Amino acid sequence: MALLARVPWGPLVLAAAFCVPAVGSRFYTFLANDIVIWALFATSLNLLVGVTGLVSFGHAAYFGIGAYTTGLLMKKLGLPFLLAFPAAGVLAGALALVFGFFCVRLTRIYFAMLTLAFAQIVWAICFKWNEVTGGEQGMPEIPYPSFDWVAALPLVGGWRTAEYFYFLTLLMVALCLWLLRRIVGSPFGRMLTTIRENAERAEFIGVNVRRYELAAFVLAGAFAGLAGGLFGIFNRGVFPDFAYWTKSSEVLIMTLLGGMGTFYGPAIGALVLIVLNQQITSYTEYWPFVLGVILVVLLFVFPGGLAGAAQAAARRLGGVRRA
Amino acid sequence: MRKSFDGFLAVGGVSLTVERGRIAAIIGPNGAGKTTFFNLVTGHLKPDAGTVRLDTRDVTGLAPHDICRLGMGRSFQRTNIFPRLTVYENVQAAFLSHRGRGHDLWSRVERLYREETEALLTSLGLRERAGETSGFLSHGAQKQLELGIALASEPSLLLLDEPTAGMSATETRETIRLVEHIARERGLTLLFTEHDMEVVFSIAERITVLHQGRVIAEGTPAEVRADAEVRRVYLGERR
Repeated sequence: MALLARVPWGPLVLAAAFCVPAVGSRFYTFLANDIVIWALFATSLNLLVGVTGLVSFGHAAYFGIGAYTTGLLMKKLGLPFLLAFPAAGVLAGALALVFGFFCVRLTRIYFAMLTLAFAQIVWAICFKWNEVTGGEQGMPEIPYPSFDWVAALPLVGGWRTAEYFYFLTLLMVALCLWLLRRIVGSPFGRMLTTIRENAERAEFIGVNVRRYELAAFVLAGAFAGLAGGLFGIFNRGVFPDFAYWTKSSEVLIMTLLGGMGTFYGPAIGALVLIVLNQQITSYTEYWPFVLGVILVVLLFVFPGGLAGAAQAAARRLGGVRRA
Repeated sequence: MRKSFDGFLAVGGVSLTVERGRIAAIIGPNGAGKTTFFNLVTGHLKPDAGTVRLDTRDVTGLAPHDICRLGMGRSFQRTNIFPRLTVYENVQAAFLSHRGRGHDLWSRVERLYREETEALLTSLGLRERAGETSGFLSHGAQKQLELGIALASEPSLLLLDEPTAGMSATETRETIRLVEHIARERGLTLLFTEHDMEVVFSIAERITVLHQGRVIAEGTPAEVRADAEVRRVYLGERR
């Protein structure tokens, strides 16, 4: 266990991910890009669900807002990625501040229902506001960022645009995950954990519970927005269903599947769900049925998710080795 | 102070002063209003009438987290800890919050206030168990841990709601000795409720007796013991 813990998993996985376009086909790069973005989205949700103990049913709202923000800025205003991408986080975070102000006044199922209600409002606006969002038709043909200057550099030239975008995604997501990890491991993160564990007691060690919950909500929304910003470009278009409740449930399933008790659990959940989806839909059209069965088994057999199960297994192995 | 719930008068006109540095107890039969009174003082409930003063400051109606910052610590009757955090993390969290580090999104949490946390755990006899998950501790140890959480907020007034509830006789004795020692050493003002009369009469300097939401007696242990009304409604019950 101690040995396993000392392995620098983060940099290793990042390095391996960088090799995907070199060793795999274009399809694998596409798949990896999808996974990486959803990993960020799921990890941002886990700041609420796993760390603070707030279950949001409407996290897609911020993903959608981020996607529209970056999409609009790049397509209609022709702004560079370096401005349009952070803007997705800022706008999604600002929206989370407004919605969160009301949501954190409620608890448990009422909190969850209100997040869902706000998300459906966002979806309805995206769906109807034709002049800005393109309405039902969405906003196709979001341009890729310009990689001309990178391609002109020695050593790193010669990739396709989609592959450059994949590398860019990797860098951005790695940066975001690193920031999120710092936040979770900070004194602020510990305060969020005390709220999850026992909000009443947290209040009486001097924690202003609502304010901390709101801060967590804003941060989670901002990172979801960044994931959305990347996804709009990756998807070559932004559509209202980005903010639809099915997206919220999908990301929640990833978080539960991977394990909300660990930092990287939700990212693993994203990987497993997307790969399984890919594999199983090529055999059967009953993918949702298979997913349902997997989830039921998982919830009963590994309540801590895949990452939780892996951790328990590693601990058991470590115990055997020591004995 | 006064508080009623749907017409039931839980606390009706209770007035209580605890001098700085004193150890005071509130006793009374079940349902006398002790816990309600505590919840009024600590801001969990808002009184229908009356004020709460900490030193000279009116803290009536403030939120619990504000009252905590002003120097009031408390423990709860039903053990109230952070069950899936370790013993160390429980106490450290209270230090972090009290010292205003909660807004820090950047530092590594593990290294902060290590000495303070370890010193406090040592004085509570929990140093060896620092790495254990607090939810798995015995009931008595959890109560001691909760005392540690309250102390880490460095309160000037500490309210303990039945600090020995559910403990064995030995644990009770140890805990009480510990509480008294810490209160004297730190010059804390201590107000506690307790079922165990032996405990109350051994450490309290002032005792207030509640019955059906009212004060029926108030004074030194000797005065309270001699009070005819108290003997009738409360102490008498025990025979």
